[in-house]
Amino acid sequence: MITLTVNGNSHQLEIDPATPLLYALRNELGLNGAKFGCGLGQCGACTVLVDREAVYSCLLPVVAAQGRQIVTVEGLGSADHPGPLQQAFIDEQAAQCGYCIAGMIMRAQALIERNPAPAITEIQAAMEPNLCRCGTHMRIVRAIRRATAAARETAEKSLRERHG
Amino acid sequence: MRLRRIILTIIALLALAAGGFVWASQHPVIAGIEPPPRAAFDKALIDTGAKLAAIGNCRSCHTVPGKADFAGGRAIRTPYGTIYSSNISPAPGTGIGRWPEEAFTRAMRRGVSRRGQHLLPAFPYDHFTRLSDGDIHALYAFMMTRVPVENFVPANKFPLNQRWLVPIWNALFLREAPFQADPKHDDEWNRGAYLVSSLGHCGACHTPRNLLGAEKTGYALAGGEADGWTAPALNAASPAPAPWDAESLYTYLRQGWEASHGAAAGPMQPVTENLVHADTADVRAIATYIAAQQEKSSQRRRGGETPANSSGSSQAGKPAQGDGMGAAIFAGACANCHSAAPDAATAAHAIDLSLSTALHENDPRNAILTVLEGIHPGPEQAGPWMPRFENAFTDTQLSALLNYLRVQYGSGAAWPGLEGKIREVRNNKERS
Repeated sequence: MITLTVNGNSHQLEIDPATPLLYALRNELGLNGAKFGCGLGQCGACTVLVDREAVYSCLLPVVAAQGRQIVTVEGLGSADHPGPLQQAFIDEQAAQCGYCIAGMIMRAQALIERNPAPAITEIQAAMEPNLCRCGTHMRIVRAIRRATAAARETAEKSLRERHG
Repeated sequence: MRLRRIILTIIALLALAAGGFVWASQHPVIAGIEPPPRAAFDKALIDTGAKLAAIGNCRSCHTVPGKADFAGGRAIRTPYGTIYSSNISPAPGTGIGRWPEEAFTRAMRRGVSRRGQHLLPAFPYDHFTRLSDGDIHALYAFMMTRVPVENFVPANKFPLNQRWLVPIWNALFLREAPFQADPKHDDEWNRGAYLVSSLGHCGACHTPRNLLGAEKTGYALAGGEADGWTAPALNAASPAPAPWDAESLYTYLRQGWEASHGAAAGPMQPVTENLVHADTADVRAIATYIAAQQEKSSQRRRGGETPANSSGSSQAGKPAQGDGMGAAIFAGACANCHSAAPDAATAAHAIDLSLSTALHENDPRNAILTVLEGIHPGPEQAGPWMPRFENAFTDTQLSALLNYLRVQYGSGAAWPGLEGKIREVRNNKERS
């Protein structure tokens, strides 16, 4: 018996402990946001958060995901009520075919949780593992800039106040 | 009273002698020159220098990744603190643009800057001192024709700013002597011996060091460490499960990957990336010489013996140990690429792990670091690739995985205290 905590909900699953988390999310829990891309940890389409860090769910056996906090793109909001990062991706129309986008959003979410006001170079470095074959990288970076703009302004303002 | 006076006199004399020694080890300033134009150097000489500099791996230490070549400032962690590498681009202000060849030669052979300041032995002049005049001449032509980049390098902190101590280190450990060819061996072996012991400075990582940071005499290439990684022994004590020979070493050094040994990782990766640009005959010579250091043990092992320092034979095929966590993680996370018969189409460079040197080392650090960091080709390089797993596993999970791999594919006994070692490696990475 494997117990997974996904988006705050606990699930008990009768599956092989070596099953990749991605298969459990999609096939057992019906959470189809994370995608199967390469199955080798090369493309990032399957990225989810595990204990607030971006992880390739295609290479994480469920036995290693037990007892840890898993968040998928569904955990950030819904089509009717998108979360702030999801809304920024919509506003910038950052998806073309959309296959990579759930993974992109989750890797960006991990960055924002660590660093709410990232510089553009920090965004580029953090997003490096995730691939997009349509080539909407510029829009993806812009969406992350948009989602973090307010935090960056606050940070800059407090810096100005401190240094006069 | 009398005894006390004698002791005080002896202490005073010793202090005077030490002071006199340090004073006598001062070197004169060599007058600066106008930076020579590129046309002052012969094209063929610059090319020779470029191929030699690739063997010297100069770029790795003297370049901050992603910044201008040879402009220095890269932080190098040592047991004595962080050292910032010098700017060796030919910038007249902050680099070596105003250095005449005489000053360059003195730096390479004796570790002294143009202004007479002692360089720290992190710069391997204890190896470069054996370089031939001709090779130094070519290296000078190469360095002086690079793009000059003015870049101030951060100052080193105590105790690494106490340069007056360096002459004492030099007196103890620097042997200024040209390379002596061994007439018992052929030209290729001797060329390899020369490159390994001088320009290649392989021993800087692959030889253990003493308390004062000098390579231990009598332990050449017996295995050392670099930047948190172990640098495996290159002599008869090599832990590689498949014995090396000159051909496999040549392929590995030149391509950063070899079918029966896998990929160069950690600080060895830039070494192999540089060797792509070296002269092929020189890389062959290095391979020939290193293979000769292991020849006897390699022959024994081809006859069926296990490596000298391993605690037992590989347990491949034996049932898994422990609670099955390690086996399950391997099946879900690693086996896609590292199955017994890796799929050439998807994982062209993944080796069968029974060939992994890291799993056959007594120290688990390289195995830990490889799983945490993965393997990534350098900028503009193609090559072996493995994802990083640093966020995927907790210390307990990684420990279960690595001990499973160690027992299944490595040298038998599980690594003791592995989880603590993993924590230590992670903490070291965070501080760097």
